[in-house]
Amino acid sequence: MFDPMANAPPLWSNGPTPGSFYNFPGPQTKPNDHFTHSQSPVTTATSIVALAYDKGIMIAGDLLASYGSLARYRNCPRIMEVNDNILLGAGGDYADFQYVKSFIEQKIIDEECLDDGIKLKPKSLYCWLTRVMYQRRNKFDPLWNNLVIGGIQDGTPFLGTVDKLGTAYTDRAICTGYGAHIALPMIRDAIEKKAQPLTQAEARALIEKSLEVLFYRDARSYPKYQLGIIDQDEGVKIEGPLSVSQNWNIATIIKSV
Amino acid sequence: MFATENAYYPDYSTKPIQHSFSPYADNGGSVVAIAGDDFVVVGADTRLSAGFSIYTREQNKLFPLSNTTVLGCSGCWCDTLTLTRILKSRMQMYHQEHNKVMSTTACAQMLSTMLYYKRFFPYYISNILVGLDNEGKGCIYSYDPIGHCEKTTYRAGGSAGALLQPLLDNQIGQKNLTKVSAESITQEKALAILKDVFISAAERDIYTGDNVMINIITKDGIKEDNFELRKD
Repeated sequence: MFDPMANAPPLWSNGPTPGSFYNFPGPQTKPNDHFTHSQSPVTTATSIVALAYDKGIMIAGDLLASYGSLARYRNCPRIMEVNDNILLGAGGDYADFQYVKSFIEQKIIDEECLDDGIKLKPKSLYCWLTRVMYQRRNKFDPLWNNLVIGGIQDGTPFLGTVDKLGTAYTDRAICTGYGAHIALPMIRDAIEKKAQPLTQAEARALIEKSLEVLFYRDARSYPKYQLGIIDQDEGVKIEGPLSVSQNWNIATIIKSV
Repeated sequence: MFATENAYYPDYSTKPIQHSFSPYADNGGSVVAIAGDDFVVVGADTRLSAGFSIYTREQNKLFPLSNTTVLGCSGCWCDTLTLTRILKSRMQMYHQEHNKVMSTTACAQMLSTMLYYKRFFPYYISNILVGLDNEGKGCIYSYDPIGHCEKTTYRAGGSAGALLQPLLDNQIGQKNLTKVSAESITQEKALAILKDVFISAAERDIYTGDNVMINIITKDGIKEDNFELRKD
């Protein structure tokens, strides 16, 4: 007779049912000005490996831009020479990097036009990019990148990073993506074992080893890479495309059981 | 049902990976502050991390705002960077408008207002503001992310906050003790306890470790100290 689980009949026709939510008739109001932001990266680049040595900074990144697991574009440089004492490396969404690159280039042109001889400094670019990334996060429309900024300021090497949220920090060694898991422990170990700062040759050997291990283990990596160097004596240069040294000799020994 | 279909093991999921954007990150870190009659000590570990990755082992999380005021922050690092930068400029604006340095008590109120201003998109930070009040006594103000403020004499905040606060209750608040001493805490005792609790936190909390930065605030200014924690 009385079913407590059943809904009560409406009070009047098309009227509210006691004990349940009532939707008013008539046109439902909807926001008509909403739009969807990109919530995920599309064409992505993998790790950046960067470290400071006694007289400068080294930043390396491979040339692959992946489309999910597809190795889509195989000649995408992502180390940028901002001016003669700043290098910028980027991982994450490649389109977003190209956008960042374009407005940094414009910033450099604007600065050049002032013709006052004042150049953008690494810490200034780092700080400014922190704000750019944080503002985009606040708009829920992030630039999906890990940016690594390297340079020489006041005679000392500077290395910093900013991610898509605006999380920023400086350190002697910075790796993003898979590099943070695979390369960074190797690099930290090498830095710790040597009491003094690394030399340029040691830094280069460490980066080459890191990229080799990353190529073996990171499925989104590629054996062609670029290496950006800022040195107190030699200035700024981007080398490449360089090749990762590979050794697959042990592959024949491995037998699946 | 196979374990591979269990949402509890995302690494073994066979479904396509869905990235979704979250504006917040938990970058860990712990802050502990202890106040005495004429001093206050505050310590923060220097580990900046996210999940199982350590971003850096050398990140200072103590921000001196004046000669008598220090803010310790832990939580979402990008919010911390922004909040402390705004705080610094607000301190400067106050100084230039009123021709005096903002007191710790005024700063405490300002911080609460600034946090509540972002009530519906909060700064995800656990803040502990320490300093000397207008009588020169040590004081501690602790906050929740949306600006609730409480004045205390000892506080632990951040990733090991829940772990350390009961320890401080016992060791400094003398809670659940039969023999209670009437003497107020000395600077040496406060520093010793501060170091001990951080060592304990580093044992159990993966987000706390590497180093502790300590600021000792007295009428003579801010003295810095540093000591090492386990690095694993």
